[in-house]
Amino acid sequence: MSNGPLQIKAISGHAGPVPGLDTSRDYSVAKLIDVTTCIGCKACEVACLEWNGYPFRETAFDNTYQTMPDTAWNYYNLIRFNEHVDEAGNLSWLMRKDGCMHCADPGCLRACPSDGAIVQYANGIVDFQQDNCIGCQYCVTGCPFNIPKFNSETKKVHKCTLCSDRVGAGLEPACIKACPTGCLHFGTKDDMKELGEKRAAQLREHTSHAHAGVYDPPGVGGTHVMYVLHDIDHPERYGGLPKDPKIPLLVRIWKGPMKWIGNLAIVGGILGVAVHYLRFGPKHAEDDK
Amino acid sequence: MIERYQFHERICHWLTGFAYLYCLATGLAFYSPYLFWLAVMLGGGPTSRFWHPVLGLVFVAAQMWMHHIWRGDVNLGATDKEWLEKARYYVTNQDDRVPPQGKYNAGQKLFYWAMFSGAFLLLFSGVFMWFPEYISFQWRWVRPVVVFIHEGAALITIGAFIIHVYMGVFMVPGSVAAMVHGFVSKDWAKTHHPLWFHQKTGE
Repeated sequence: MSNGPLQIKAISGHAGPVPGLDTSRDYSVAKLIDVTTCIGCKACEVACLEWNGYPFRETAFDNTYQTMPDTAWNYYNLIRFNEHVDEAGNLSWLMRKDGCMHCADPGCLRACPSDGAIVQYANGIVDFQQDNCIGCQYCVTGCPFNIPKFNSETKKVHKCTLCSDRVGAGLEPACIKACPTGCLHFGTKDDMKELGEKRAAQLREHTSHAHAGVYDPPGVGGTHVMYVLHDIDHPERYGGLPKDPKIPLLVRIWKGPMKWIGNLAIVGGILGVAVHYLRFGPKHAEDDK
Repeated sequence: MIERYQFHERICHWLTGFAYLYCLATGLAFYSPYLFWLAVMLGGGPTSRFWHPVLGLVFVAAQMWMHHIWRGDVNLGATDKEWLEKARYYVTNQDDRVPPQGKYNAGQKLFYWAMFSGAFLLLFSGVFMWFPEYISFQWRWVRPVVVFIHEGAALITIGAFIIHVYMGVFMVPGSVAAMVHGFVSKDWAKTHHPLWFHQKTGE
C-alpha cells in the first residue's frame, strides 16, 4: 500500500526475474465495513480513542446500545444502533460503524478556505491539519455525512484520519486491528471493492438479503470507506446514511462559478473606474476650472 | 468655507469605514485562496476568523448610528428620479445638464442604501456563519444558503465601495478633506451641491 518506493528492484542470488517488478499496484487504500457481521461490541470505538490519545467521553444513555447520540471532535468512531421492522413484522437490529467516509471528491476540502487545513493523500485518505485550521467550519457545510466536528475551545475541527499515521507506517487503522469478528477489512480500494461485492453476492444468494450490496456512493466520487449493507436500496435505515450523498449544489456554485463572477466583477470594477478617470478626469469646482 | 460634516459625523464615517475595511480584507481572504495572504498579514487565519464577525458587528452598529445621523438626508425623492434619468451626463462630466442637487445626490443616496441593505444581509447571514455548529444536520441546507447570501451581499457592497472610494478620492477633489476636516469651499458646494449651498448660505 505505502510500499511503492520499497518495491524490490533486484535480488541477490535469485534465479529468474524479480517477482512483481514493473507491475504497479493500486496504492489507494480503503476500509470495508461489513455491517452484516458486526456484533456492535464497540472495540473499534475504544481502539480509536486509544490510538488517538483521547480520554473516554461522557456517555449518554438514550435507551439504545449507542454510546452517545453523535460522533464528537474527540470521538471519531461511533457504532449506530437501529431497529428496523419490515412489512412482514420481522425485526432487524442494524449496527453501523459511523465515521469519515474519506470521499474521493471531498466536500470538506472543496469548501475549506484555509491554505493547507485539509489535505487528500494520494492513497485516498482525507486528513485535517489542525495547525492550519481557522475554525470557520465551512467543511461542516461541505460534508454530506455530518462528519467534521468542532472543538469550541480550541476552535479547530476534527474527524477520523483513517489512521493516516499508522497507514503511513504500513499498519492498518486501529479500528481494523481491534475488530474481533473480522467485519472490518482494510486493503487497496480495488481489493476491498472486490471483497465487498463477493460478500454481497454471497448474501444475495445464500441468505434472505436479496438486495445486499456495497455502499460506495458515486455522488462523492466513491469513498475510501465502504459498507456491505443488507439492503443497499435503504441505507437510511442505518442511522442516517444518505442514499445519494452529494456535495451541496450551492457549495459547488459558491466555490466554482460564483468565484469567477465575483473576481471578474471586482477586477472589472477597479479597471472600469481607472479607465473612466483617464477618459473623463475629475470634476473640478468652479474656482479651479 | 462651509461646514459639511460635524465632528461626530466624521467619527461615524471613519468608524464604519475602518470596520468595513477590516471585514473586507479578512473576508476576501476567506473568499479566495489567492487572497489568503491578507489574513496572514492581519495576524493569521484563526485571528482573522475570530475578529471578522466582531468587527462585522461594529460595522453594523456604526451603520445604525450613521442612519440615525443622516436618515433625513438620504431619502430618495422626485428630484432624485430626474437625476438618475440624467445620470449619464453626470458620469461623463457634463454636470450642467444634470439637475441641481441638495446635500447628497441620488448616486450618493443609492450608495448609502446599498451599504445599508448590504449590512443587514451580511448581519443576518453572518450570525448563522458565526455559529454553524448550532445548525442541526436536519437544517444543513441553511448553511450554504447563508454563505451564498453573505457572499452575494458582500460583492454588492464591494461594487458600491469601489465607486464610493473612486468618487471621493479621485473624481471629486475636496471630498476627502471634507470628511477629514469637515469643511468644503464655497465653490465646491456651489458646483457639486448647489441646493445645499443655497440652503446653508442663502446665496
